[in-house]
Amino acid sequence: MFIAIFSLTLLGGALGLFLGYAARRLAVEGNPLVEEIQAILPGSQCGQCGFPGCAGAAQALANHEAPVTLCPPGGREVVALLAAKLGVEVNLTEVADTVPQVAEVLEDLCIGCTRCYKACPTDAILGAAKQIHAVFREACTACGKCVEVCPTEATRLIPVPVTLQSWYWSKPSLQGATA
Amino acid sequence: MNPLSRFFSGLRARGGVHPDGRKGLSAEPPIRILPMPERLYVPLQQHVGACARLSVLVGDKLLKGQLIGASGGNISAPVHAPTSGRVVAIGEFPSPHPSGLPGATVTIEPDGDDRCIEAVVPNDPFDLSPEEIATRVGAAGIVGLGGATFPSAVKLKLSRKSGISTLIVNGGECEPYLTCDDRLMRERASGIVEGIRLIAYAAGAREMLVGIEDNKPEAIAAMRLAAAGSEVQIKVVPAMYPMGWDKQMIQVLTGREVPAEGRSAEIGVLVHNVATAWAVYQAIRFGRPLVSRVVTVSGAAVVAPGNLEVPIGALAADLIAASGGLLTQPQRLVLGGPMMGTQLPHLNVPMVKGSSGLLALTGKEIGLPQPAPCIRCSNCVRACPVGLLPLEMAAHIRAADLSAAVGFGLKDCIGCGSCSYVCPAHIPLVHFFNYARGELAAQEKGKLRTEATRKLADSREERMQRIAREREEAARQRAARKAAADAAKKAAAMEAARLAATENQEELV
Amino acid sequence: MTMLAHAPHAHAPMTVGQIMATVMLALVPATLYGFWLYGWPAILLWSVAMATALLAEAGTLLLQGRAAKATLLDGSAALTAWLLALSLPPFAPWWVAAIGSIFAIVIAKQVFGGLGQNVFNPAMAARVMLLISFPVEMTLWAAPTPMFSGHAPGFLQSLAITFGGAHWDGMASASLLGHVKTEFTRGIDLVSSLPAHFASVHGGLQDAAWGRRAGSLGETGGLLLLAGGVFLIVRGIITWHAPVAMLLGVAAPALLAHAVDPAHYLGVLPHLLSGGLMLAAFFIVTDPVTSPNTPAGMFVFGLLCGGLTWVIRSWGGYPEGVAFAVMFLNALTPIIDRYVKPRIYGRDRKGQSLQIEAKGSVK
Repeated sequence: MFIAIFSLTLLGGALGLFLGYAARRLAVEGNPLVEEIQAILPGSQCGQCGFPGCAGAAQALANHEAPVTLCPPGGREVVALLAAKLGVEVNLTEVADTVPQVAEVLEDLCIGCTRCYKACPTDAILGAAKQIHAVFREACTACGKCVEVCPTEATRLIPVPVTLQSWYWSKPSLQGATA
Repeated sequence: MNPLSRFFSGLRARGGVHPDGRKGLSAEPPIRILPMPERLYVPLQQHVGACARLSVLVGDKLLKGQLIGASGGNISAPVHAPTSGRVVAIGEFPSPHPSGLPGATVTIEPDGDDRCIEAVVPNDPFDLSPEEIATRVGAAGIVGLGGATFPSAVKLKLSRKSGISTLIVNGGECEPYLTCDDRLMRERASGIVEGIRLIAYAAGAREMLVGIEDNKPEAIAAMRLAAAGSEVQIKVVPAMYPMGWDKQMIQVLTGREVPAEGRSAEIGVLVHNVATAWAVYQAIRFGRPLVSRVVTVSGAAVVAPGNLEVPIGALAADLIAASGGLLTQPQRLVLGGPMMGTQLPHLNVPMVKGSSGLLALTGKEIGLPQPAPCIRCSNCVRACPVGLLPLEMAAHIRAADLSAAVGFGLKDCIGCGSCSYVCPAHIPLVHFFNYARGELAAQEKGKLRTEATRKLADSREERMQRIAREREEAARQRAARKAAADAAKKAAAMEAARLAATENQEELV
Repeated sequence: MTMLAHAPHAHAPMTVGQIMATVMLALVPATLYGFWLYGWPAILLWSVAMATALLAEAGTLLLQGRAAKATLLDGSAALTAWLLALSLPPFAPWWVAAIGSIFAIVIAKQVFGGLGQNVFNPAMAARVMLLISFPVEMTLWAAPTPMFSGHAPGFLQSLAITFGGAHWDGMASASLLGHVKTEFTRGIDLVSSLPAHFASVHGGLQDAAWGRRAGSLGETGGLLLLAGGVFLIVRGIITWHAPVAMLLGVAAPALLAHAVDPAHYLGVLPHLLSGGLMLAAFFIVTDPVTSPNTPAGMFVFGLLCGGLTWVIRSWGGYPEGVAFAVMFLNALTPIIDRYVKPRIYGRDRKGQSLQIEAKGSVK
C-alpha cells in the first residue's frame, strides 16, 4: 500500500512540475489577438456594437468582455471567424436568424440632400446634391448610419433579396430524428 | 453482356445503387412531336455560366432559330427562338429551379408556320476546320444535354487546347424513369454517330467510345448497326446508378481516374452526352440551333407515358396534356430524373435545354418517410460513388460544423443522391450536403465582401484623414502667413518707433 | 411559398424497423432450438428480458418527453434484449435478465443519446456488467434437458427455477471453455480434461456442433446462428467482412497454437463452436452503431476482435472473452474510423488530388 501511495504521489508531483514548467516555458508574450480580431471585423466603424469603432470592439473581444455575436454588419461569417479565433462555442444556426440586410433609398422620398452619402463609411451610396441617391448593394454593410441621418426617412434597411444566383438549399429539419 | 465481363467492369465502378428502373413505362412508344403550344416561355438562363444577353424587343417578329439572347460571356450560351412568331412579353417568369424564383424570360406567341431562319451549311461538314465546328456549336447554343448544361463549345475548345485522345459519349442514362436518350439512340442512331464523329473531329480525339447500359439492348443494337464501319465503338456497361456520372463512365470504359482537382481533359478524355451529339449533328449538318429536345414524360400519375420532342419554352402543362393528362393528382412533380431532378411547384414551368424528363409521381412511388435516427449502418458509405462518408458529413453539418464536413470531402460530393436513396433512416443526406455547400459558398462570398468593404472603409478613412490634414495644413499656412505679416508689421512699427526715438535724441543733441 | 423537396424523389424500400425485424428473423431458428434444448426456463428468461427492455425503453423515452411509439416499433430495444437473453445461462433467475435489460437500455443506450449514439454494444455491455456483478449466477450452466424429454423441468418447476430461485439437478454442469479453464487452474491439461468434459455431457464434438451441451442459448445453436448470419449477408443487411474477419481472428491463432502445443491450446473447431463466438461474429460485431463505417474498417474490427477473444480465452482470467473483446473494440471504433477511410475518387489516400504524370496516364 505504501508503494502505491508513494508511486502515485511521485507521479502526480512529477507531472505537476512538468505542467508548471511547460506553462512558463511556453507562455505567450504580449497579445497579438487584438490586431488579428480587428482584421476580421468589417472596419466600417459603425458603432452598432456599442464600442467606439472596430478597434474598441476588438479590444473588448480579446478581453472576452463582449460576445462574438456583437457585430450585426459582419453577419454569420464574422461570427464564425471570431468564434474560431477566440475558441468560443457558438450556435451559428441561431445567429442565422438575423438575416443579412442592405440599405435602400426610397426614390419617392429622397430629396438629394447628400447627408447619407457623406455619412456612409464604405462609400456605398452614390449621389449628388438635388439628385436621387442610390445604394451599391455590394459595398453596403448595412451599418445603418444613412438611416440615422436621413431627414426624410427615405433610407431604410431591407433584407438582402434572394436571387437565382444567391439562393441555396436551407438546412433540412429532422422532426422525427431527435436523437 | 456476359456475366463475367459484367462482373469485371462492375469492379471498376465504385459505389452505386440499383434503384427500380421503371423505364418500361415510357421506353416503348416512339418519340412524338409535341403540338405547338399557344405560348412559349424561353428563359435566358438555361445553362451553367453567364446569363444570355437579350437581343429582341417586345413586338419583334421572329423566325425559328433566330437569336433572342446572345452569349453573355466566355462561359455562356446563346438562346434562339424555338419557332416562328412574335415576342409578346419580356419579363420574369417561374423558372425550373428548386427555389421556385422567377428568371428573365422571353414569351413568344407562335404563328403556327414554324418558318426557319436561312442557314449556310457546307456539303461536307468535315471540310470545316475544327475551330469552325466548335464556333458553330457555340453559336447554335448547344449545352450538355445530360443535365449539366455546360456550354459544349467551351468544352470542345478546352479539349483541343489540352490535347485529348478519347471521346466518350455517355449513353448511360442511369436515372430511373428516363428513356429519352434510349429512344433517341433507337430512332436516330445514324445522326448520333455522325454527331460523335464531328465532335471527335472538332476536339481532336482519335478514339470514340459510346457507353450504353446493358438494360438498353435495343439502343445498343441500333447504335452498333449505325456505327458499323466507322471508328465509333459501342461499349456495354453494367446498369447501375450513377453510371451516367462522367467520371464513373471514364473509369469503367478506360480505367483512368480524373484527378479531384482536375478536368477529364487533363487525362485526355472528353465526355459528351448522346443527345448533345445529336444536337451537334443537327447544328453542323443542317445549321439548326438547339431549340428543341426530347423529354421523357412519365410517372404513375400520367395517362400515357412516353417521349416527346418539345420546343424549348413549352410549359410542363403542355407536355402533360399531350400525354393524355393525369390519372390522379400527383404527389410530386419532378423535372429531370427522380434521383437528381428538381421538384416543380406547379405545371406552369417551361422546359429548358437541360430538361430530360417530366415526372408526375404518386405517393407510392416516392414514399414519404419520416426521418429516423442514424444507426450508422453505413449503407451510404458503400453507396457513395466518390468514396465519401455521408453519415459523418451529415452529422457534422447538423451540428453546424461545416469545416469538419469539408474535411470528410464535402467538396468532392457530386450530389448524386445515392446515399439518401439507400438510407434506411430516411435522412436527407444529399440535402444536407447541398445546404452546406451553399452555406459555404455564401460564407466565402461574405468574407470577400467583408474584405472589400473594409478596404472601402479604410480608404475612406484615409481620405478623410488626408482631407483633414490638408485642411489643417492650409489653416496652419494661413496662420503662419498671418503671423509673418503681423511680425513684419510689428517690426516695422518698432523700427519706426526706434527711428523716431533717435530722431528725438538727435534733436536733443 | 412552400419548401420544395430535395432529390432524390425515390427511395430504396428499407427502413430501420425492417432491418431490425430481419435480424430478429435470422435469430429465430437458433432461439427456437435453444428453447427446445433448455425448455421453459429459457423461454421465461427470454420473455423477462424482452418485457423489461421494452418497458425500460418506453420509460426513458417518456422521461425525456419524446414520443415512445415510433422508437419502440423500430425494434432496436427488442433486438438488444433478444441478444442479451441469448447470452445468459438459460436457468438464470429472472432478476439477472431484468437487471441486464435495464442496464442495456438505460445505461448503455439511452444515456448516450439513444439509438445510434451508443458507444458500446448494449447487449455486450449488459453481459459484461452481469458477469462482473453476479459471477455465480452468470456461470451456472445447465446441461441440456430437451423439452418433452423425461428429465426436463415442467412449466411449474420452471417458474420456480426462474422466479423462485429453485435449484435444478443439472445446474452443476460447466461450459466447455469454463471446464477447460477450471481444469487448467487445477493443473490438468487439455489431453486429460477434454475427454472428461465430453464424457460428462453427451457426446463428442459432433454433439457440440449441434449444441447438445451446457451453454447459453446463443452458444448452443452455433450452426443455426451461422445459417442466420448467412441469411443476413444474402439479404444485404450485413456484409461478410466483420464476421469472416472475426472467425479468422480466432481460428488463425487457434490453429497455430494448437499445432505447437495441443496440451495447452484448444483446437480450431472447439474455439469456433464455443462460447458466444458465432453469435458475436454474425450478430454483435455486425451491430452497425458500434462498429466502423467502411468494409475495410469492419474487417480490421472483426480481426482484432477475434484475436482478442482468443487471447482472453487462452490467457485471461475469464473462460470466455467475446464480450470483453467486443467492448474493447467498440471503444476502438472511432480510431479505426479515423484511419480506415475509403479513398476519395480522384484523390490519393492522403486526400491530395491525383497527379497527372504524362498525357493520358494517371498514377
